[in-house]
Amino acid sequence: MTPKGQRATLAALGLAAVAGAALLALSGLKDQAAFFYAPSDVARGGPPVGRAVRLGGMVAAGSVARAADGVTVRFAVTDGHATTPVTYAGIVPDLFRERSGVVAEGQFRPDGSFVASNLLAKHDEKYMPPQAAPGTGQHETKTLRP
Amino acid sequence: MIAEFGLAALWLAAALAALQLAAAAIGLDRARADVAAAVRPVAAAQGLLAVLAMLALMAVFANSDMTVRLVVENSHSAKPMLYKLAGAWGNHEGSMLLWVAFLGAGGAAVALLERRLDERSLTATLGAQAAIALGFYAFLLFASNPFARVWPAPADGLGLNPILQDPGLAFHPPTLYAGYVGLSVAFSFAVGALVTGRVDPAFARAMRPWVLGAWVLLTLGITAGSYWAYYELGWGGWWFWDPVENASLMPWLAATALLHSVSVLAARDGLRAWTVMLAVVAFSMSMVGTFLVRSGILTSVHAFAVDPRRGAFILALLGLYVGGALALFAARAGSVRGGATFDPVSREAGLVANNLLLSVILGVVLIGTLYPLVAAGFGVQLSVGPPFFNRAAGPVALVLVVLTAIGPLVRWRRDDAGAVGGRLGAPVAAASLSAAGLFAFNGFGVAPLLFLSLSLAAGLVVASVLPLWGRRLRRTPLNLWGMAVAHLGVAVALAGMASDAAFTRETLVAAAPGIPARVGPFVVTLDGVIPRIGENWSAVEARLSVARGDSEWVLRPQQRYFSDPPTTTSESAILTRPDGQLYAVVGRPDGQGRWQLRLWWKPFVTFIWAGGTLIALGGALSLVGRLRGGRARRRFDAAATA
Repeated sequence: MTPKGQRATLAALGLAAVAGAALLALSGLKDQAAFFYAPSDVARGGPPVGRAVRLGGMVAAGSVARAADGVTVRFAVTDGHATTPVTYAGIVPDLFRERSGVVAEGQFRPDGSFVASNLLAKHDEKYMPPQAAPGTGQHETKTLRP
Repeated sequence: MIAEFGLAALWLAAALAALQLAAAAIGLDRARADVAAAVRPVAAAQGLLAVLAMLALMAVFANSDMTVRLVVENSHSAKPMLYKLAGAWGNHEGSMLLWVAFLGAGGAAVALLERRLDERSLTATLGAQAAIALGFYAFLLFASNPFARVWPAPADGLGLNPILQDPGLAFHPPTLYAGYVGLSVAFSFAVGALVTGRVDPAFARAMRPWVLGAWVLLTLGITAGSYWAYYELGWGGWWFWDPVENASLMPWLAATALLHSVSVLAARDGLRAWTVMLAVVAFSMSMVGTFLVRSGILTSVHAFAVDPRRGAFILALLGLYVGGALALFAARAGSVRGGATFDPVSREAGLVANNLLLSVILGVVLIGTLYPLVAAGFGVQLSVGPPFFNRAAGPVALVLVVLTAIGPLVRWRRDDAGAVGGRLGAPVAAASLSAAGLFAFNGFGVAPLLFLSLSLAAGLVVASVLPLWGRRLRRTPLNLWGMAVAHLGVAVALAGMASDAAFTRETLVAAAPGIPARVGPFVVTLDGVIPRIGENWSAVEARLSVARGDSEWVLRPQQRYFSDPPTTTSESAILTRPDGQLYAVVGRPDGQGRWQLRLWWKPFVTFIWAGGTLIALGGALSLVGRLRGGRARRRFDAAATA
């Protein structure tokens, strides 16, 4: 094969790889992307039942309760306009507490409640779920303590 | 005072970077080659000043100087010294300064150590390095000044997030950043070679140690970060496909591809334009990573709520460098002559396939990571998680594993497909044996992809050491050892990942003292819960008696309470045995004398990080081999010309 021919072949293969990646990714995204919901989206109606989604907002004050089995937690997620009840079986993350941000991964049940398989509430020096920031005014409340 | 010194050093370094860029640009004119002589010393001085600025910041943190805003926001005088120092980069401004310090040090190292590259290409390389540094100095000085003062000074700081108060913080970010910066050197080499038009095996041999070094550091950084997340987050997982993890994985994928293509260029003078392109892509991925992490634009467990102007600034830098490099590539690619050709069945062809598959994985990860961003532009909020990445990238990665087994057994330039098949007898036998064994013990109990992974891992273990077979091991070049060890590491890590996914057992109980719980082959009993006091935390500690057969152990997971800032963290307790880890987390009490316990038995999970370490070790062996080889070659050349 001539150098030029080989170069053309390689370029074509490279393009095919990129196109393949895009195709693979986009087809996967169609049914694997988890959509993000806030409680007001849920209140507006029609959350998908039985699909992996995320629910984000603040843990409503006074809503956290433990079930008798000692491992199931019930709480409500709010965005200031609506609230959604959530159940979660497991150890809640360290930064999980009332009046602070949470992202729950899981599925909606037909009655509009949410069963979480995982809770996210943390990790970096100034963590806050960005979805919880507007509307809750947390950007402004971060002040230096004397 | 120290803060002012640091700020002055930073400004001076920025000025020197401008000088370095100008001297390089003028010095490239052949008539003005004398100006180019200034580039090396200026680059060295610039690197020294950038490192001094970083040391100044660390000194400010060590002294708990509460007149510096960054210290107030991220440190506390009661912190242990290690976390005061490491806290210097446990925040936005400090980590960007660390980035720049490494960038300067990398440039200085090139200026002082690089002896293989021709002088003109080196001048262009250092010019490109100065251009990158200049952008980041501007970012630090105008948008993220780490030395800004606060007045009046508060009595004490807000403290460092307790999650970050771990030895992991001292090692994981610096290693990863050093790796990113190593890729910036590769990028500068590529730009330099494009400017002078000398894309040849000499260029590849000069660039290779830098790529290898960067790749080793990235591998170590990712492996360490994965283990840190595993034991610190208390979720029992080791990789979450979080955007910030992807941000470190993407440069690694590109660097892995570059590492393999640069071998083709060095050994066979092929894949010239492609190698240059990969060097550009690899550094672009580091920049994309920095942008994703530092702009706070993606929902992530690492998410910051930061100033959006910073994101815009980094995005502009990203556009400038990547756009500039691509434009240069488009303008000069025509002058890069086609290299040597090769057969469809040859080592080169295998490496091309390696590059294509890595590119596909990189593309999938990139699209999956950026997709939420694009969707947000259309007003749709969504997240892309493990189900997507595992399903889209997993199968491609397995094909790559097969290729990893075959590639090193194929000869350069031309080989016979039948002969290659013959050499694969032993690996195929190992894979089949392992598959049969798995089937005998588990039947159809293991998911097909994991079943395949475990069998392929066994095959790759054998295939990776085959290139050493029949050689006199003492006289085998170190870089060949490196390849074997790194590929063995891939097999070991793959086995660990598959075993963790296939055989992990999990138990979640509200445990009352004295009532045993079972997880896998273990019986775990809560003996009691006691209070503990540490240097800057207090904790409740559960005492767990663990038994398997006749062996007994004690595990002590904790819930720690930190007061500055007020936070609780769970400290997992891990029992490591040769055949896996028992992972225990204690949760909160339920008010009736019971404590939440989450237990995992993870067979052979340690193989994941052992594999990652082997991969890095392989890279390090190869690096030493190449450096020695280079020195020997130069000595030979010197003797021949004398």
